Amino acid sequence: MTRKQRRGTLLAVAIAGVSAAVLLVMFALRDGVDYFYTPTRVMAKEVGPGVSFRLGGLVAAGSVKRGEGTKVAFDVTDVTATIPVVFEGILPDLFREGQGIIAIGKLEPSGRFVASSVLAKHDENYMPPEVAKSLKEQGVWQHVGKPDDTKSAPKQ
Amino acid sequence: MIVEIGHFALVLATVIAVVQLVVPAIGATTRNPAMMAIGGPAALTQALLVAISFAALTHAYVTSDFSVENVYINSHSAKPMLYKVSGVWGNHEGSMLLWVLILAIFGAAVAIYGDNLPDTFRARVLAVQASIGVAFLLFILLTSNPFNRLVPAAIEGRGLNPILQDPALAFHPPFLYVGYVGFSMAFSFAVAALWEGRIDAAWARWVRPWTLAAWMSLTLGIAMGSWWAYYELGWGGWWFWDPVENASFMPWLAGTALIHSAVVMEKREALKVWTILLAILAFSLSLLGAFLVRSGVLTSVHSFAVDPKRGVVILVIMSIFVGGALLLYAFRASELRTGGLFQPISREGALVLNNVLLTTATITVFVGTLYPLALEAFNGAKISVGPPYFNMTFVPLMIPLLLAIPVGTMLPWKRGDLFAALQRLTFVAVLSIAALLATFAIVRRGPWLAPVTIAIGAWVMIGSVYDWLSRIRAFEVGRDEMFRRARNLPRSAYGTLLAHFGVGIMVIGITATSAWQTEVIKAVKPGESLAIAGYEVTFRGTAPRRGPNYQETVGLFAVSKGGTPFLELEGTKRLYDAPRQATTEAAIHASMFGDLYVVLGDELSDGGYAVRAYFHPMVRLIWIGSIVMSLGGILSLLDRRLRVGAPTRARRREPQPAE
Repeated sequence: MTRKQRRGTLLAVAIAGVSAAVLLVMFALRDGVDYFYTPTRVMAKEVGPGVSFRLGGLVAAGSVKRGEGTKVAFDVTDVTATIPVVFEGILPDLFREGQGIIAIGKLEPSGRFVASSVLAKHDENYMPPEVAKSLKEQGVWQHVGKPDDTKSAPKQ
Repeated sequence: MIVEIGHFALVLATVIAVVQLVVPAIGATTRNPAMMAIGGPAALTQALLVAISFAALTHAYVTSDFSVENVYINSHSAKPMLYKVSGVWGNHEGSMLLWVLILAIFGAAVAIYGDNLPDTFRARVLAVQASIGVAFLLFILLTSNPFNRLVPAAIEGRGLNPILQDPALAFHPPFLYVGYVGFSMAFSFAVAALWEGRIDAAWARWVRPWTLAAWMSLTLGIAMGSWWAYYELGWGGWWFWDPVENASFMPWLAGTALIHSAVVMEKREALKVWTILLAILAFSLSLLGAFLVRSGVLTSVHSFAVDPKRGVVILVIMSIFVGGALLLYAFRASELRTGGLFQPISREGALVLNNVLLTTATITVFVGTLYPLALEAFNGAKISVGPPYFNMTFVPLMIPLLLAIPVGTMLPWKRGDLFAALQRLTFVAVLSIAALLATFAIVRRGPWLAPVTIAIGAWVMIGSVYDWLSRIRAFEVGRDEMFRRARNLPRSAYGTLLAHFGVGIMVIGITATSAWQTEVIKAVKPGESLAIAGYEVTFRGTAPRRGPNYQETVGLFAVSKGGTPFLELEGTKRLYDAPRQATTEAAIHASMFGDLYVVLGDELSDGGYAVRAYFHPMVRLIWIGSIVMSLGGILSLLDRRLRVGAPTRARRREPQPAE
């Protein structure tokens, strides 16, 4: 096999590998991603019931109600709009009223959000960037602590 | 005073690094031996100065000097000593200093062990290494100085984030950094080779051990992070495809490809141009990781301070190094002579397949990590790419890679016979299929693909053992001859076998825990119990307890199996004094078949507690597998032929050392 043929074979293998990956990536990016919405955008009917997405905002003060067993209901707000959320399971350590959180789940036709998981950062001063940004956009941003305060887990 | 010495040493280190960059570079171009000789001493001095600086910061942490802003923000006097020390790198500024320290130590290693490299080449390597040092030293001094004083000094610090106060996490960053920064060595060698316009097998013999050391460290670092996440975050997840995790995983994938392609280059002088590119990419991905984590551009459950200014500076540094290296590559790569021919079906061919799959996998992770950024810039939509994406893209690429491992190690160099190799593997295949059937027989539920993946793990493990047995001719020769062969097999061969065996172990662990994990969440009052995976977990109630710097609520659980009590577990919720933050400590009972994992949840209105219990089958194999992989790396490093600087003095200025 000449040098040229060898290079051709290698190139063919590489191209086959990469195109398979491109197909996989395109396929996966269609189904494997969650969009992020704020309560305001949910109210604007930008997302329908039955579609999985991430709802981000603050846990509204006085809204957390424990139900039977491990059921819990609370409201997620970005001040302009508020969405009721139900969740069954154990909330993260840093979940509390006024805290920025992200809930992953689907809307019911009634407008209630059924969360399959709830995320809060491992840090008190943390606000999910999307939430911070949307709060800033609406002019209701209040900074917690000093700006350089958002230190957190060094995973790097 | 000590703090000022640290600061001053850092400034001085920057000046020395500039000298180390400029003088040897000019020396190498003008063939001036005196100027080239400056590189070595400069590298040693720079390392010493950065070490002094690092020691000064550590001193400030250990003595709780709250007149230093960095110490005030990240430490507390009542913290246990281990976490005072680990607090040094538990924040952006200190971790950058650690990064630069490791970089300088690697540079010093070239100065110490590199006297068998050609003078001009060594001068260039040191200059390139210094250029990275200059960039990051300036970055620290100008944007992230850990020595800034706080006026007036504080009486007490704010404390380290409690979830970081953990032994595994204390050593997680240093291991990761040795990995990331270790790839700078391969990068400097690659750029120096392009600059010099010449490359030979000695290059690979130099680069491979250093890359291997970096890879091992990165493997352990990632495994530690995963282990920590498993027991600390309270739900037993060990990998989340979080952007920050991906930031460490991409250099690992590229580094894995690099240690394989460097073998081909060293043994057969082939794939030179490609190996150079991989060396550049591995370090570029490390820089990308630094950028992603420290700029706050990505949403992650764990990222550093969100400071756009720092992000921009790192982006600039990254663009200069990645862009510059790739530009140099584009102009110079064609000048490098290509070497050894081989047939597609050969050891080289198998390693090319390894590289194609690993690089493609790196690209899919890269796309998944950066796609949200690109999409937001494009149309403002905010998305998150989660596990489903990676399961759909990454996993299918890993399956052919795993299947190819035993076949590739059976193929001879230059020209192989695929059919013969497969024939020799019949026995391994039969055993793997037996594993498949056994898995089906034992667990009837769960995804149908899971037993297949278990069989693939078995295929890799048994394949490694079989490869070893056939190398020592276990079934053909007498016992003495077998032992003789086993002794004479080079350590790097054992390293390969062990590392691949570890991969198999890990695959089985990942599959078992992903496919057959069970979870029960229940509200229980004291005296009530829940059942999981054959265990009966009874909640006994809670009791308060005081720790060194936290107050905790201890949940007591009695575990019985088949009616006979055999274990007591404690799952706690902690509230730290400073900062006042809650953490959950899971109760974990490890056994050969899996972990029983019990978490005390929130207190409910009726006096009960939400309790979550998991059974993670064989989850420990994931970390055992990573440790075995790293041990394989160590064995390989101990190989006499691969010792650092292996090209001997006698071969010093020969462009093509005979193999």
